[in-house]
Amino acid sequence: MSSEVALDFHSGVSSLHDTHHSHDEHHHHETFISKYVFSMDHKMIAKQFLITGMFWAVLGGFMSVLFRLQLGYPDSTFPWLEDILGKWAKGGHITPEAYYALVTTHGTVLVFFVLTAGLSGTFANFLIPLQVGARDMASPFMNMLSFWFFFTAGIVMLSSIFVETGPFSGGWTAYPPLSALGDASPGSKTGMDLWIVSMALFVVSSLLGGLNYIATVLNMRTKGMSMTRLPLTIWALFFTAVLGVLSFPVLFSGFILLIFDRNFGTSFYLSDIFVNGAGALPNEGGSAILYQHLFWFLGHPEVYIILLPAMGMVSEILSTNARKPIFGYMAMIGSMFAIAILAFLVWAHHMFVTGLNPFLGSIFVLLTLLIAVPSAIKVFNWLTTLWRGNIRFTPAMLFAIGFVSLFISGGLTGIWLGNSALDIHLHDTYFVIAHFHIVMGVASMFGMFAGIYHWFPKMYGRFLNNTLGYVHFWITIAGAYLIFWPMHYEGLAGMPRRYYDYSIWESFKQFSDLNRFISTVAMIVFATQILFLANFFYSIFKGRKLRTANPWGSNTLEWTTPIKPGHGNWPGEIPEVYRWAYDYGKDGTDFISQTTPVGADESVH
Amino acid sequence: MSTVTATAAPTKLWGGGKSPFDVEYGKLMMWYFLMSDAFTFGAFLISYGTIRFSSNGWPNPNEVFKSFPFAPEGVHAPLVFVSIMTFILIISSVTMVLAVLAGKQMDKKAVVRNLILTIIGGIAFLSCQAWEWNHLHSEGAWWGANPFLNADGTQSSTNFTNYFFTITGFHGFHVFSGVVINIIMLIMTLMDKFEKRGHYLMIEKAGLYWHFVDLVWVFVFTCFYLI
Repeated sequence: MSSEVALDFHSGVSSLHDTHHSHDEHHHHETFISKYVFSMDHKMIAKQFLITGMFWAVLGGFMSVLFRLQLGYPDSTFPWLEDILGKWAKGGHITPEAYYALVTTHGTVLVFFVLTAGLSGTFANFLIPLQVGARDMASPFMNMLSFWFFFTAGIVMLSSIFVETGPFSGGWTAYPPLSALGDASPGSKTGMDLWIVSMALFVVSSLLGGLNYIATVLNMRTKGMSMTRLPLTIWALFFTAVLGVLSFPVLFSGFILLIFDRNFGTSFYLSDIFVNGAGALPNEGGSAILYQHLFWFLGHPEVYIILLPAMGMVSEILSTNARKPIFGYMAMIGSMFAIAILAFLVWAHHMFVTGLNPFLGSIFVLLTLLIAVPSAIKVFNWLTTLWRGNIRFTPAMLFAIGFVSLFISGGLTGIWLGNSALDIHLHDTYFVIAHFHIVMGVASMFGMFAGIYHWFPKMYGRFLNNTLGYVHFWITIAGAYLIFWPMHYEGLAGMPRRYYDYSIWESFKQFSDLNRFISTVAMIVFATQILFLANFFYSIFKGRKLRTANPWGSNTLEWTTPIKPGHGNWPGEIPEVYRWAYDYGKDGTDFISQTTPVGADESVH
Repeated sequence: MSTVTATAAPTKLWGGGKSPFDVEYGKLMMWYFLMSDAFTFGAFLISYGTIRFSSNGWPNPNEVFKSFPFAPEGVHAPLVFVSIMTFILIISSVTMVLAVLAGKQMDKKAVVRNLILTIIGGIAFLSCQAWEWNHLHSEGAWWGANPFLNADGTQSSTNFTNYFFTITGFHGFHVFSGVVINIIMLIMTLMDKFEKRGHYLMIEKAGLYWHFVDLVWVFVFTCFYLI
């Protein structure tokens, strides 16, 4: 990262809120520590989130390669596995304990560290102040704390991998009794203690960040930036923050009860349990299902916490690169609002087969299927935005279109799984794995990639290499479908998830070739992501330099800042906003920036 | 905010360039934090309700909470002590309101006086809770240990005490944090921090938190002592 231009912005910084701490006094004498480590510049914090998220993506992705090795080649041995995993891969064969630990850590890391912190941490921090027209977040200090809580959570999670009994291995949802009883499995001992500490720190980080995003969007929009002139990215990140602020505390409560069950002899989640070796436990009166309710009250909104930022960025990128206004701007906001509300009302569809009252289940079926309505509205709006557009197929645009494709493919299987009767057959099979990886995992990754390709020039003043971007896109989209599409067939055939070895099952032997195929593609796709990372880090230092401040011909405010904005974003006054963000191709003009006043003879949109 | 003059174009509330709620960011964050915290307590209390509802029986609070400090053993004073605790906490909310009001009037002396009273109220509440916990502990109650029988005389599960200590403990921790915040506010007031700033907005935010903690107690009190 080369030195950023120090800009004088003192004149206007305190106009919005005079009680703001005078944090802007020392920026001309920034040290390495205050600039790159304990930075309070939202752009630097965004980069910190992004690069930390990348670290976790590589680790979590590599874990999936390791357990795919076991699934694809259950009879082979790989001596190098013993070199890196030690006793967890004696003789080059991953042990069952290690397999479950890998699956669990892969899920936890990808869902929370990569697709929550890495995605909304990066882009909420980066885009909210730039796109609403603010000098920085409402509280830069809390913003910094948010990152360092996340970082600490990561350190604790990382250390759990190295404890003697291994990391937690009871699945990323951490259901009791596996998560509540140290005697239940090796991973349920110290590994689980560290897991829960890490997650508690993560909740704090998410809360600090979320409060900041909400306050910034509501309070610090520049003059003329009414809520209905906000780019859809900001709406999406706003709803994401609201979801996080209201759902993570419920998970937190669940964790506190879990900590008491683990360490202080309570039985909130425990009743009538017999542990092999320890005998019958005295715990009585608790309910393991209670934990599932508390977990999924976060867990389902969490899906939208992951998905909404991707949706917002995709809307913005599609419109910019189709050179057309986004189709149905208000409908987009309305459907995101509907999704945010419904996100809180569907959690029990994760629990259809737990013994939930079937009548209650039917209500959750109805509410779940209702989500198809706003989702379909969004999909049709994206497609109609593309329709007859003057499309520029930049890597960002390709990833955005790929997102739409994946969201449709994965969303349709959601209609199957949202049905409590079909769920009797499909629950806990590879069908579920295929569904949520496509619709939430890969789709959101695509949204993230789209965002990185699109806003990299704003972050670093240079472009990513386009050719490598195309290679990255085509291998990843083909790979995503080749990995997860066949899993639908496996799931329909009843192949359960989370099994260690399918080759010993008469019913699932038929899939051994398919499993090997999936594993092979997974390795290729993982290698391609390393290619992307190489592109990313090379381009930070050596990428093609930006010559204009607005390379994509975009309307939003971030492109009115200098190529390398200093802390404070705009050198002079913050620009005033006169129009919405989507005046592309209006009255024959290619694009009209939000800062351009409405002309006298301009048509009304 | 400012009155709109006849000539100037009316500035829209949500038009950007100012806070639509006419509050600075910290107060907005406090409101959202309290919503978040309400979900934490909500989750606790709903969990409690779920488990209690699915249990065969539950101890009678009038029998469990019937002691009073320094009273002779065997005295039957159901809910008297906790009523006093609740009264103390509610009064501390009143003094907090007075502190906020005094802050708005830039009356430093009254702010200091009322903050001190609020802090005393908070500490008194925590002391009462400490006594009650200690007393229950001496009767054999703790996390994972419940000496009390169900109201119908049958054996009770430990979840009565599990939830009691966890939730009142979590609330007590909130009161403790509130007292610490109020002490910081008091020190800042005494150091003339707010006088120099020209407003006592921080006290208002601390007040929001304090009232929230009191409000939560009303629910905790209802769930554990009355129902």
